[in-house]
Amino acid sequence: MSAHAGFIVAAYLVAAVVVAGLVAWVVADGREQKRRLADLDARGVRRRSASGGRS
Amino acid sequence: MAIVELANPTRFLGFSRRLVPVLWALAGVVIAVGLYLSFFVAPPDYQQGDTVRIMFIHVPSAWLSMAGYGVMAIASLGTLVWRHPLADVTAKSAAPIGAAFTFVALVTGSLWGKPMWGTWWVWDARLTSELVLLVMYLGLIALWHAVEDPGRAARAAAILTLVGTINLPIIKFSVDWWNTLHQGESIFRAGGATIDASMLTPLFVMMAGMTLLYAVLLTMAMRNEILRRRVRTLELAAAGADA
Repeated sequence: MSAHAGFIVAAYLVAAVVVAGLVAWVVADGREQKRRLADLDARGVRRRSASGGRS
Repeated sequence: MAIVELANPTRFLGFSRRLVPVLWALAGVVIAVGLYLSFFVAPPDYQQGDTVRIMFIHVPSAWLSMAGYGVMAIASLGTLVWRHPLADVTAKSAAPIGAAFTFVALVTGSLWGKPMWGTWWVWDARLTSELVLLVMYLGLIALWHAVEDPGRAARAAAILTLVGTINLPIIKFSVDWWNTLHQGESIFRAGGATIDASMLTPLFVMMAGMTLLYAVLLTMAMRNEILRRRVRTLELAAAGADA
């Protein structure tokens, strides 16, 4: 690798960290929304289509 | 299944649940091949040496920063003209992902610029218009969070997004319209690419892989946004029933 290896490694490292952050955010957000829906479901709060017409 | 049937959020959730693992696998394989080609097959540039390898992450990120905004602009038309049920979900979900890739494009460009140009940053037309794109992404994200009513937020964001599309041709043609330190167009240009195939092939593979990564992240973020809106609707219904 060249004398500028530090710049090359830093560029790919920044990209990897940002992509990893995006993946972590999307996965965590998905889990959070599913948890909140499950909490509502446990309280009996459901979509009409999911509860056979009951709200 | 016809594309139009996916306009139904419930159908989209079902379809996308099967699509996400396929997109992950494709993105992983294509990016792995692209990285191999970028580091072990593509030759060093005769002037830049190995530093040219930053191109294989910088150009796909810059491409996604603009394509991502294009996705938001089309979705904004869907919000304003057709009131498509998934249009605002798409635009809102695409904004943070587009902002992230714009940030990567700016940082990797800076890391490429320092050893090649001797400076981290110059206020030339290409770099400045790309920075404006990042500011626009952040402004739109702030707008969606600032307006509580999703319908009003969707319309306001859609109008602002469409106004902001003026920046896309400015970014694209900035290197032709003004004298810039940033190099001229060398890939998508009339007369064909000026980059040798030994570097162009890895670049296109990386662009394909990163686009697949964008697609899977957007699909997952859209699924989250649909669920978030269901949670909001149910919480409002429950609060109304309690009152």
